[in-house]
Amino acid sequence: MIINHPLLGPRDSSEFVYLGDANLINRPNWQEDSALEHFVDYGYLRDNIAGVHRELWFHEYGDRSWLVVTRDTVSHEITEVRLASDVAIKEGR
Amino acid sequence: MKYSGFRVIKEALTGHRGWGPAWRSPDPSSEYDYVIIGGGGHGLATAYYLAKEFKQSKIAVLEKGWIGGGNVGRNTTIIRSNYLLDGNEPFYEFSLKLWEGLEKELNYNAMVSQRGILNLIHSDAQRDAFVRRGNAMLLNGADADLLTTEQIKKRYPFLNTDNARFPIKGGLAQHRGGTVRHDAVAWGYARAADSCGVDIIQNCEVIGFKIANGTCLGVETTKGFIKAKTVGACVAGSSSRLMQLAGMRLPIESHVLQAFVSEGLKPLLPGVITFGAGHFYCSQSDKGGLVFGGDIDGYNSYAQRGNLPVVEDVCEGGMAIFPMLGRVRLLRMWGGIMDMSMDGSPIIDKTDISGLYFNGGWCYGGFKATPASGWVYAHLLATKEPHKTARAFRFDRFSKGLMIDEKGMGNQPNLH
Repeated sequence: MIINHPLLGPRDSSEFVYLGDANLINRPNWQEDSALEHFVDYGYLRDNIAGVHRELWFHEYGDRSWLVVTRDTVSHEITEVRLASDVAIKEGR
Repeated sequence: MKYSGFRVIKEALTGHRGWGPAWRSPDPSSEYDYVIIGGGGHGLATAYYLAKEFKQSKIAVLEKGWIGGGNVGRNTTIIRSNYLLDGNEPFYEFSLKLWEGLEKELNYNAMVSQRGILNLIHSDAQRDAFVRRGNAMLLNGADADLLTTEQIKKRYPFLNTDNARFPIKGGLAQHRGGTVRHDAVAWGYARAADSCGVDIIQNCEVIGFKIANGTCLGVETTKGFIKAKTVGACVAGSSSRLMQLAGMRLPIESHVLQAFVSEGLKPLLPGVITFGAGHFYCSQSDKGGLVFGGDIDGYNSYAQRGNLPVVEDVCEGGMAIFPMLGRVRLLRMWGGIMDMSMDGSPIIDKTDISGLYFNGGWCYGGFKATPASGWVYAHLLATKEPHKTARAFRFDRFSKGLMIDEKGMGNQPNLH
Protein backbone atom coordinates (compact mmCIF):
# COMPACT_ATOMS: atom_id res chain seq x y z
CA MET A 1 0.00 0.00 0.00
CA ILE A 2 1.13 3.55 -0.72
CA ILE A 3 0.14 6.19 1.82
CA ASN A 4 0.00 9.68 0.36
CA HIS A 5 1.55 11.66 3.21
CA PRO A 6 0.14 15.23 3.32
CA LEU A 7 3.64 16.71 3.80
CA LEU A 8 5.99 14.19 2.18
CA GLY A 9 3.93 12.80 -0.70
CA PRO A 10 3.51 9.10 -1.54
CA ARG A 11 5.35 6.80 0.91
CA ASP A 12 5.39 3.00 1.21
CA SER A 13 3.22 1.67 4.04
CA SER A 14 6.19 -0.30 5.41
CA GLU A 15 7.63 3.01 6.65
CA PHE A 16 4.66 3.26 9.03
CA VAL A 17 3.43 1.43 12.09
CA TYR A 18 -0.26 0.90 12.63
CA LEU A 19 -2.16 1.75 15.80
CA GLY A 20 -5.84 1.22 14.96
CA ASP A 21 -9.21 2.93 14.82
CA ALA A 22 -8.91 6.74 14.60
CA ASN A 23 -11.48 7.07 17.40
CA LEU A 24 -8.50 6.49 19.69
CA ILE A 25 -7.93 10.25 19.27
CA ASN A 26 -11.01 10.77 21.44
CA ARG A 27 -9.58 9.78 24.78
CA PRO A 28 -12.25 9.84 27.52
CA ASN A 29 -12.12 12.42 30.28
CA TRP A 30 -10.60 10.68 33.33
CA GLN A 31 -12.37 13.06 35.72
CA GLU A 32 -15.89 11.95 34.76
CA ASP A 33 -17.77 9.67 37.16
CA SER A 34 -18.24 7.09 34.43
CA ALA A 35 -14.57 7.29 33.36
CA LEU A 36 -13.83 3.62 34.12
CA GLU A 37 -16.62 2.38 31.88
CA HIS A 38 -15.55 4.75 29.10
CA PHE A 39 -11.92 3.65 29.36
CA VAL A 40 -12.89 -0.04 29.10
CA ASP A 41 -14.74 0.83 25.88
CA TYR A 42 -11.87 3.01 24.67
CA GLY A 43 -9.19 0.44 25.46
CA TYR A 44 -10.87 -2.77 24.42
CA LEU A 45 -13.94 -2.43 22.17
CA ARG A 46 -13.72 -1.72 18.44
CA ASP A 47 -16.23 -1.18 15.62
CA ASN A 48 -13.95 -3.26 13.36
CA ILE A 49 -15.69 -2.13 10.20
CA ALA A 50 -15.67 -4.07 6.94
CA GLY A 51 -15.55 -1.10 4.57
CA VAL A 52 -14.40 2.49 4.95
CA HIS A 53 -12.29 2.73 8.11
CA ARG A 54 -10.52 5.76 9.64
CA GLU A 55 -7.31 4.67 11.29
CA LEU A 56 -4.10 5.96 12.88
CA TRP A 57 -0.73 5.32 11.24
CA PHE A 58 2.60 6.57 12.64
CA HIS A 59 5.40 7.51 10.21
CA GLU A 60 8.10 5.83 12.28
CA TYR A 61 10.74 5.57 9.53
CA GLY A 62 9.99 9.07 8.30
CA ASP A 63 8.96 12.36 9.87
CA ARG A 64 7.39 10.66 12.92
CA SER A 65 4.04 12.28 12.38
CA TRP A 66 0.71 10.65 13.19
CA LEU A 67 -1.71 10.36 10.27
CA VAL A 68 -5.42 9.63 10.01
CA VAL A 69 -5.79 7.39 6.98
CA THR A 70 -9.22 6.63 5.50
CA ARG A 71 -8.93 3.20 3.96
CA ASP A 72 -11.34 0.50 2.78
CA THR A 73 -10.64 -2.67 4.79
CA VAL A 74 -12.15 -4.83 2.05
CA SER A 75 -10.19 -3.44 -0.93
CA HIS A 76 -7.25 -1.74 0.89
CA GLU A 77 -7.96 1.39 -1.18
CA ILE A 78 -6.88 4.62 0.57
CA THR A 79 -9.12 7.59 -0.11
CA GLU A 80 -7.91 10.26 2.30
CA VAL A 81 -4.80 10.98 4.39
CA ARG A 82 -4.62 13.84 6.89
CA LEU A 83 -2.32 14.85 9.72
CA ALA A 84 -3.77 13.51 12.98
CA SER A 85 -3.01 16.84 14.66
CA ASP A 86 -5.24 18.65 12.13
CA VAL A 87 -8.02 16.10 12.65
CA ALA A 88 -7.76 16.39 16.43
CA ILE A 89 -7.93 20.22 16.33
CA LYS A 90 -10.92 20.09 13.99
CA GLU A 91 -12.68 17.66 16.36
CA GLY A 92 -12.09 20.08 19.24
CA ARG A 93 -9.42 18.09 21.08
CA MET B 1 -21.61 -45.91 5.76
CA LYS B 2 -18.55 -46.91 7.76
CA TYR B 3 -15.24 -46.27 6.00
CA SER B 4 -12.65 -49.03 6.23
CA GLY B 5 -9.89 -50.74 4.27
CA PHE B 6 -12.29 -53.56 3.51
CA ARG B 7 -14.78 -51.06 2.10
CA VAL B 8 -12.12 -49.53 -0.18
CA ILE B 9 -11.26 -52.98 -1.58
CA LYS B 10 -14.93 -53.86 -2.04
CA GLU B 11 -15.64 -50.59 -3.84
CA ALA B 12 -12.53 -51.02 -5.99
CA LEU B 13 -13.84 -54.41 -7.14
CA THR B 14 -17.36 -53.10 -7.83
CA GLY B 15 -16.46 -49.96 -9.80
CA HIS B 16 -16.78 -47.47 -6.92
CA ARG B 17 -20.55 -47.27 -7.36
CA GLY B 18 -21.40 -47.64 -3.66
CA TRP B 19 -19.98 -44.39 -2.30
CA GLY B 20 -22.74 -41.97 -1.35
CA PRO B 21 -22.49 -38.32 -0.37
CA ALA B 22 -20.72 -37.88 2.98
CA TRP B 23 -23.52 -35.68 4.31
CA ARG B 24 -27.08 -34.68 3.37
CA SER B 25 -28.06 -31.25 2.01
CA PRO B 26 -31.38 -30.66 3.78
CA ASP B 27 -33.62 -27.62 3.54
CA PRO B 28 -33.79 -25.80 6.86
CA SER B 29 -36.65 -26.59 9.23
CA SER B 30 -38.56 -23.62 10.63
CA GLU B 31 -37.38 -24.35 14.17
CA TYR B 32 -34.37 -25.88 15.93
CA ASP B 33 -33.20 -26.30 19.51
CA TYR B 34 -29.68 -25.24 18.50
CA VAL B 35 -28.57 -23.12 15.58
CA ILE B 36 -24.80 -22.88 15.08
CA ILE B 37 -23.80 -19.99 12.82
CA GLY B 38 -20.70 -20.88 10.83
CA GLY B 39 -19.86 -24.17 9.14
CA GLY B 40 -16.13 -24.06 9.76
CA GLY B 41 -14.15 -26.51 11.83
CA HIS B 42 -15.31 -25.07 15.15
CA GLY B 43 -18.98 -24.85 14.20
CA LEU B 44 -19.11 -28.38 12.81
CA ALA B 45 -17.20 -29.74 15.81
CA THR B 46 -19.63 -27.95 18.13
CA ALA B 47 -22.62 -29.50 16.38
CA TYR B 48 -21.00 -32.94 16.45
CA TYR B 49 -20.19 -32.86 20.18
CA LEU B 50 -23.63 -31.38 21.00
CA ALA B 51 -25.24 -34.39 19.36
CA LYS B 52 -22.70 -37.05 20.33
CA GLU B 53 -21.43 -36.12 23.80
CA PHE B 54 -24.26 -33.99 25.11
CA LYS B 55 -27.10 -36.03 23.55
CA GLN B 56 -28.91 -33.00 22.14
CA SER B 57 -31.07 -33.07 19.02
CA LYS B 58 -32.67 -30.62 16.56
CA ILE B 59 -29.35 -29.00 15.68
CA ALA B 60 -28.54 -26.99 12.55
CA VAL B 61 -25.28 -25.55 11.26
CA LEU B 62 -25.76 -22.52 8.99
CA GLU B 63 -22.96 -21.71 6.55
CA LYS B 64 -23.06 -18.73 4.20
CA GLY B 65 -20.78 -20.37 1.63
CA TRP B 66 -19.72 -24.01 1.61
CA ILE B 67 -18.45 -25.86 4.67
CA GLY B 68 -14.72 -25.75 5.18
CA GLY B 69 -14.38 -22.80 2.79
CA GLY B 70 -13.22 -20.35 5.43
CA ASN B 71 -10.31 -20.35 7.84
CA VAL B 72 -10.38 -24.12 8.44
CA GLY B 73 -9.16 -24.43 4.87
CA ARG B 74 -6.81 -21.42 4.94
CA ASN B 75 -4.48 -22.17 7.85
CA THR B 76 -1.08 -23.90 8.00
CA THR B 77 -2.50 -27.06 9.66
CA ILE B 78 -0.34 -27.13 12.81
CA ILE B 79 -1.47 -28.70 16.08
CA ARG B 80 0.36 -28.16 19.38
CA SER B 81 -0.28 -27.36 23.05
CA ASN B 82 2.81 -25.33 23.95
CA TYR B 83 1.21 -22.46 25.90
CA LEU B 84 2.32 -20.91 29.16
CA LEU B 85 -0.67 -19.45 30.98
CA ASP B 86 -3.13 -21.32 33.18
CA GLY B 87 -6.10 -19.91 31.28
CA ASN B 88 -4.82 -21.44 28.03
CA GLU B 89 -2.64 -24.51 28.50
CA PRO B 90 -5.21 -26.97 29.95
CA PHE B 91 -7.56 -26.09 27.11
CA TYR B 92 -4.99 -26.61 24.35
CA GLU B 93 -3.75 -29.85 25.93
CA PHE B 94 -7.37 -31.06 26.03
CA SER B 95 -7.51 -30.22 22.33
CA LEU B 96 -4.31 -32.11 21.53
CA LYS B 97 -5.64 -35.18 23.36
CA LEU B 98 -8.83 -34.98 21.26
CA TRP B 99 -6.72 -34.73 18.08
CA GLU B 100 -4.94 -37.93 19.09
CA GLY B 101 -8.20 -39.90 19.03
CA LEU B 102 -9.98 -37.89 16.35
CA GLU B 103 -9.75 -40.18 13.33
CA LYS B 104 -11.09 -43.20 15.22
CA GLU B 105 -13.81 -41.04 16.78
CA LEU B 106 -14.96 -39.68 13.40
CA ASN B 107 -14.14 -42.77 11.29
CA TYR B 108 -12.40 -40.36 8.91
CA ASN B 109 -8.80 -40.10 7.76
CA ALA B 110 -7.75 -36.57 8.78
CA MET B 111 -4.04 -37.43 8.36
CA VAL B 112 -3.22 -36.50 11.97
CA SER B 113 0.57 -36.67 12.02
CA GLN B 114 2.40 -36.14 15.32
CA ARG B 115 5.69 -35.30 13.68
CA GLY B 116 6.69 -32.85 16.41
CA ILE B 117 7.11 -29.11 16.68
CA LEU B 118 10.31 -27.26 17.59
CA ASN B 119 10.56 -23.64 18.82
CA LEU B 120 14.09 -22.32 18.31
CA ILE B 121 16.04 -20.56 21.08
CA HIS B 122 18.64 -17.88 20.34
CA SER B 123 19.65 -16.39 23.71
CA ASP B 124 19.95 -17.19 27.40
CA ALA B 125 16.92 -15.05 28.23
CA GLN B 126 14.85 -16.84 25.63
CA ARG B 127 16.00 -20.20 27.01
CA ASP B 128 14.84 -19.16 30.49
CA ALA B 129 11.44 -18.20 29.09
CA PHE B 130 11.15 -21.48 27.16
CA VAL B 131 12.20 -23.57 30.16
CA ARG B 132 9.46 -21.88 32.13
CA ARG B 133 6.95 -22.55 29.36
CA GLY B 134 8.10 -26.18 29.10
CA ASN B 135 7.57 -26.62 32.83
CA ALA B 136 4.09 -25.09 32.58
CA MET B 137 3.32 -27.57 29.80
CA LEU B 138 4.55 -30.53 31.88
CA LEU B 139 2.49 -29.37 34.87
CA ASN B 140 -0.60 -29.44 32.67
CA GLY B 141 0.05 -32.95 31.40
CA ALA B 142 1.56 -32.00 28.04
CA ASP B 143 5.00 -33.09 26.84
CA ALA B 144 7.97 -30.76 26.46
CA ASP B 145 11.61 -31.46 25.70
CA LEU B 146 14.47 -28.98 25.84
CA LEU B 147 16.93 -29.74 23.02
CA THR B 148 20.57 -28.70 22.79
CA THR B 149 22.15 -27.20 19.68
CA GLU B 150 23.87 -30.56 18.97
CA GLN B 151 20.57 -32.45 19.11
CA ILE B 152 19.03 -29.92 16.73
CA LYS B 153 21.99 -30.11 14.33
CA LYS B 154 21.67 -33.89 14.24
CA ARG B 155 17.94 -33.85 13.51
CA TYR B 156 17.89 -30.78 11.22
CA PRO B 157 21.35 -30.62 9.59
CA PHE B 158 20.18 -28.01 7.08
CA LEU B 159 19.43 -25.30 9.67
CA ASN B 160 21.81 -22.36 9.83
CA THR B 161 22.86 -22.56 13.49
CA ASP B 162 25.49 -19.81 13.18
CA ASN B 163 23.38 -16.88 11.98
CA ALA B 164 25.16 -13.75 13.24
CA ARG B 165 22.04 -12.14 14.68
CA PHE B 166 20.10 -15.25 15.74
CA PRO B 167 22.47 -18.20 16.37
CA ILE B 168 20.53 -21.32 17.39
CA LYS B 169 21.23 -22.03 21.07
CA GLY B 170 18.71 -24.82 21.53
CA GLY B 171 15.03 -25.44 21.18
CA LEU B 172 11.84 -26.40 22.98
CA ALA B 173 10.29 -29.42 21.32
CA GLN B 174 6.81 -30.84 21.72
CA HIS B 175 7.00 -34.26 20.10
CA ARG B 176 3.22 -34.80 20.24
CA GLY B 177 2.62 -31.67 18.14
CA GLY B 178 2.36 -31.95 14.38
CA THR B 179 0.06 -31.36 11.44
CA VAL B 180 -3.41 -32.41 10.28
CA ARG B 181 -5.05 -32.31 6.86
CA HIS B 182 -7.27 -29.28 7.54
CA ASP B 183 -10.04 -29.83 4.94
CA ALA B 184 -10.47 -33.39 6.20
CA VAL B 185 -11.15 -32.02 9.68
CA ALA B 186 -14.13 -30.03 8.37
CA TRP B 187 -15.36 -32.89 6.21
CA GLY B 188 -14.85 -35.48 8.96
CA TYR B 189 -16.79 -33.46 11.52
CA ALA B 190 -19.49 -32.67 8.94
CA ARG B 191 -19.96 -36.32 8.05
CA ALA B 192 -19.97 -37.42 11.69
CA ALA B 193 -22.37 -34.64 12.75
CA ASP B 194 -24.68 -35.40 9.83
CA SER B 195 -24.83 -39.06 10.81
CA CYS B 196 -25.93 -37.91 14.32
CA GLY B 197 -28.84 -36.04 12.70
CA VAL B 198 -27.38 -32.54 12.50
CA ASP B 199 -28.71 -30.49 9.56
CA ILE B 200 -25.82 -28.83 7.70
CA ILE B 201 -27.30 -26.00 5.64
CA GLN B 202 -24.91 -24.45 3.13
CA ASN B 203 -25.38 -21.23 1.15
CA CYS B 204 -27.47 -19.87 4.00
CA GLU B 205 -26.19 -16.55 5.34
CA VAL B 206 -27.42 -15.07 8.61
CA ILE B 207 -28.57 -11.50 7.90
CA GLY B 208 -30.08 -10.64 11.27
CA PHE B 209 -31.12 -11.77 14.72
CA LYS B 210 -34.63 -11.64 16.09
CA ILE B 211 -34.26 -10.28 19.58
CA ALA B 212 -37.16 -9.36 21.88
CA ASN B 213 -36.93 -8.30 25.54
CA GLY B 214 -33.26 -9.23 25.69
CA THR B 215 -33.84 -12.75 24.40
CA CYS B 216 -32.71 -14.14 21.05
CA LEU B 217 -35.63 -15.91 19.38
CA GLY B 218 -33.95 -16.96 16.16
CA VAL B 219 -32.07 -15.81 13.10
CA GLU B 220 -33.06 -14.17 9.84
CA THR B 221 -31.29 -15.89 6.97
CA THR B 222 -31.17 -15.77 3.20
CA LYS B 223 -33.39 -18.89 3.36
CA GLY B 224 -35.93 -17.26 5.67
CA PHE B 225 -36.46 -16.97 9.42
CA ILE B 226 -35.29 -19.87 11.57
CA LYS B 227 -36.57 -20.06 15.12
CA ALA B 228 -34.07 -21.32 17.68
CA LYS B 229 -33.97 -21.81 21.45
CA THR B 230 -30.18 -21.43 21.49
CA VAL B 231 -28.03 -19.63 18.91
CA GLY B 232 -24.26 -20.08 18.87
CA ALA B 233 -22.13 -17.71 16.80
CA CYS B 234 -18.95 -19.38 15.55
CA VAL B 235 -17.59 -17.27 12.70
CA ALA B 236 -14.06 -16.23 13.73
CA GLY B 237 -12.69 -13.74 11.19
CA SER B 238 -16.12 -12.15 10.71
CA SER B 239 -17.23 -12.07 14.35
CA SER B 240 -17.54 -8.29 14.54
CA ARG B 241 -19.68 -8.16 11.40
CA LEU B 242 -22.03 -10.87 12.66
CA MET B 243 -22.37 -9.64 16.23
CA GLN B 244 -22.97 -6.09 15.00
CA LEU B 245 -26.31 -7.47 13.77
CA ALA B 246 -27.11 -8.17 17.42
CA GLY B 247 -25.94 -4.70 18.44
CA MET B 248 -22.68 -5.85 20.01
CA ARG B 249 -19.19 -4.34 19.79
CA LEU B 250 -16.40 -6.82 20.39
CA PRO B 251 -12.85 -6.61 21.78
CA ILE B 252 -11.66 -7.79 18.37
CA GLU B 253 -10.00 -6.41 15.22
CA SER B 254 -9.95 -8.37 11.96
CA HIS B 255 -6.47 -8.77 10.48
CA VAL B 256 -5.06 -10.62 7.49
CA LEU B 257 -2.50 -13.41 7.92
CA GLN B 258 -0.67 -14.74 4.88
CA ALA B 259 0.49 -18.30 4.24
CA PHE B 260 2.67 -19.83 1.55
CA VAL B 261 3.29 -23.18 -0.13
CA SER B 262 6.37 -24.02 -2.18
CA GLU B 263 6.61 -26.42 -5.10
CA GLY B 264 6.65 -30.10 -4.10
CA LEU B 265 10.00 -31.37 -2.83
CA LYS B 266 11.31 -34.74 -1.66
CA PRO B 267 10.88 -35.32 2.10
CA LEU B 268 13.40 -33.10 3.85
CA LEU B 269 11.74 -31.44 6.82
CA PRO B 270 10.74 -33.75 9.68
CA GLY B 271 8.24 -31.87 11.80
CA VAL B 272 7.38 -28.22 12.28
CA ILE B 273 10.04 -25.60 12.99
CA THR B 274 9.22 -22.16 14.34
CA PHE B 275 11.74 -19.32 14.18
CA GLY B 276 9.75 -16.85 16.24
CA ALA B 277 12.51 -14.26 16.46
CA GLY B 278 12.60 -14.06 12.65
CA HIS B 279 8.83 -14.25 12.12
CA PHE B 280 8.94 -17.54 10.23
CA TYR B 281 7.65 -21.08 10.70
CA CYS B 282 7.61 -24.02 8.34
CA SER B 283 6.50 -27.61 7.89
CA GLN B 284 6.36 -29.95 4.91
CA SER B 285 3.05 -31.33 3.71
CA ASP B 286 2.63 -34.96 2.71
CA LYS B 287 2.45 -33.78 -0.91
CA GLY B 288 5.96 -32.35 -0.49
CA GLY B 289 5.27 -28.63 -0.49
CA LEU B 290 6.87 -26.55 2.23
CA VAL B 291 4.04 -24.82 4.11
CA PHE B 292 5.19 -21.65 5.81
CA GLY B 293 4.15 -18.31 7.19
CA GLY B 294 5.00 -15.51 9.55
CA ASP B 295 3.39 -12.47 11.08
CA ILE B 296 0.05 -10.90 10.37
CA ASP B 297 0.15 -7.88 8.05
CA GLY B 298 -0.72 -5.64 10.98
CA TYR B 299 -3.64 -3.48 9.85
CA ASN B 300 -7.41 -4.06 9.88
CA SER B 301 -8.41 -6.05 6.82
CA TYR B 302 -11.23 -8.21 5.51
CA ALA B 303 -9.56 -8.67 2.12
CA GLN B 304 -8.28 -12.30 2.37
CA ARG B 305 -5.10 -11.13 0.65
CA GLY B 306 -2.06 -9.41 2.09
CA ASN B 307 0.65 -7.09 0.83
CA LEU B 308 4.24 -7.57 -0.27
CA PRO B 309 6.22 -6.21 2.74
CA VAL B 310 5.16 -9.23 4.82
CA VAL B 311 5.97 -11.61 1.95
CA GLU B 312 9.49 -10.16 1.90
CA ASP B 313 9.78 -10.33 5.70
CA VAL B 314 8.69 -13.98 5.83
CA CYS B 315 11.04 -14.99 3.01
CA GLU B 316 13.96 -13.14 4.64
CA GLY B 317 13.28 -14.99 7.89
CA GLY B 318 13.16 -18.26 5.99
CA MET B 319 16.43 -17.59 4.19
CA ALA B 320 18.16 -16.65 7.45
CA ILE B 321 17.42 -19.97 9.09
CA PHE B 322 16.99 -22.29 6.05
CA PRO B 323 19.56 -21.07 3.49
CA MET B 324 18.58 -23.95 1.19
CA LEU B 325 15.19 -22.27 0.64
CA GLY B 326 16.86 -19.88 -1.80
CA ARG B 327 16.46 -22.36 -4.66
CA VAL B 328 12.87 -23.26 -3.84
CA ARG B 329 10.07 -21.66 -5.84
CA LEU B 330 6.89 -20.38 -4.26
CA LEU B 331 3.86 -22.16 -5.66
CA ARG B 332 0.99 -20.27 -4.07
CA MET B 333 0.16 -17.84 -1.29
CA TRP B 334 -3.05 -16.60 0.25
CA GLY B 335 -4.48 -14.64 3.14
CA GLY B 336 -7.02 -15.46 5.81
CA ILE B 337 -8.91 -13.11 8.11
CA MET B 338 -8.21 -13.47 11.82
CA ASP B 339 -10.30 -12.34 14.77
CA MET B 340 -7.41 -10.64 16.62
CA SER B 341 -8.59 -10.21 20.20
CA MET B 342 -7.26 -7.58 22.57
CA ASP B 343 -5.16 -10.03 24.61
CA GLY B 344 -4.41 -12.65 21.95
CA SER B 345 -6.72 -15.26 23.50
CA PRO B 346 -10.16 -16.52 22.44
CA ILE B 347 -13.62 -15.82 23.82
CA ILE B 348 -16.15 -18.62 24.45
CA ASP B 349 -18.97 -17.17 26.49
CA LYS B 350 -22.62 -16.30 26.78
CA THR B 351 -23.61 -12.78 25.73
CA ASP B 352 -25.84 -10.26 27.48
CA ILE B 353 -28.62 -11.43 25.14
CA SER B 354 -30.32 -14.52 26.56
CA GLY B 355 -30.03 -17.52 24.26
CA LEU B 356 -27.19 -16.03 22.20
CA TYR B 357 -23.68 -17.41 22.67
CA PHE B 358 -20.32 -16.46 21.20
CA ASN B 359 -17.20 -18.33 20.14
CA GLY B 360 -14.45 -16.32 18.45
CA GLY B 361 -11.34 -14.20 18.88
CA TRP B 362 -9.07 -17.10 17.90
CA CYS B 363 -6.31 -14.87 16.52
CA TYR B 364 -4.05 -17.07 14.35
CA GLY B 365 -4.40 -20.10 16.67
CA GLY B 366 -7.86 -21.41 15.92
CA PHE B 367 -7.06 -24.52 13.93
CA LYS B 368 -5.26 -26.43 16.68
CA ALA B 369 -8.15 -25.62 19.01
CA THR B 370 -10.85 -27.05 16.73
CA PRO B 371 -11.80 -30.22 18.67
CA ALA B 372 -11.64 -28.64 22.13
CA SER B 373 -13.37 -25.47 20.96
CA GLY B 374 -16.23 -27.60 19.65
CA TRP B 375 -16.37 -29.66 22.82
CA VAL B 376 -16.31 -26.77 25.31
CA TYR B 377 -18.72 -24.68 23.22
CA ALA B 378 -21.12 -27.63 23.06
CA HIS B 379 -20.72 -27.92 26.84
CA LEU B 380 -21.60 -24.23 27.25
CA LEU B 381 -24.60 -24.43 24.89
CA ALA B 382 -25.99 -27.62 26.40
CA THR B 383 -25.35 -27.05 30.13
CA LYS B 384 -25.20 -23.20 30.17
CA GLU B 385 -22.02 -23.54 32.23
CA PRO B 386 -18.45 -23.12 30.92
CA HIS B 387 -16.29 -26.23 30.59
CA LYS B 388 -13.57 -26.47 33.25
CA THR B 389 -10.78 -25.84 30.70
CA ALA B 390 -12.50 -22.76 29.22
CA ARG B 391 -13.54 -20.76 32.27
CA ALA B 392 -11.06 -17.98 31.54
CA PHE B 393 -12.30 -17.25 27.98
CA ARG B 394 -14.87 -14.71 29.17
CA PHE B 395 -16.06 -11.40 27.74
CA ASP B 396 -15.70 -9.59 31.06
CA ARG B 397 -12.02 -10.43 31.49
CA PHE B 398 -11.16 -7.10 29.81
CA SER B 399 -13.16 -4.96 32.20
CA LYS B 400 -11.99 -7.01 35.21
CA GLY B 401 -8.31 -6.97 34.31
CA LEU B 402 -8.13 -10.75 33.91
CA MET B 403 -6.52 -10.78 30.46
CA ILE B 404 -4.87 -13.96 29.15
CA ASP B 405 -1.98 -12.25 27.43
CA GLU B 406 0.58 -14.95 26.43
CA LYS B 407 2.93 -12.41 24.90
CA GLY B 408 2.39 -9.58 27.39
CA MET B 409 1.71 -7.09 24.59
CA GLY B 410 -1.33 -5.33 26.02
CA ASN B 411 -4.43 -4.25 24.11
CA GLN B 412 -2.70 -3.98 20.73
CA PRO B 413 -4.12 -6.76 18.52
CA ASN B 414 -1.53 -6.45 15.74
CA LEU B 415 1.28 -7.23 18.21
CA HIS B 416 -0.14 -10.54 19.50
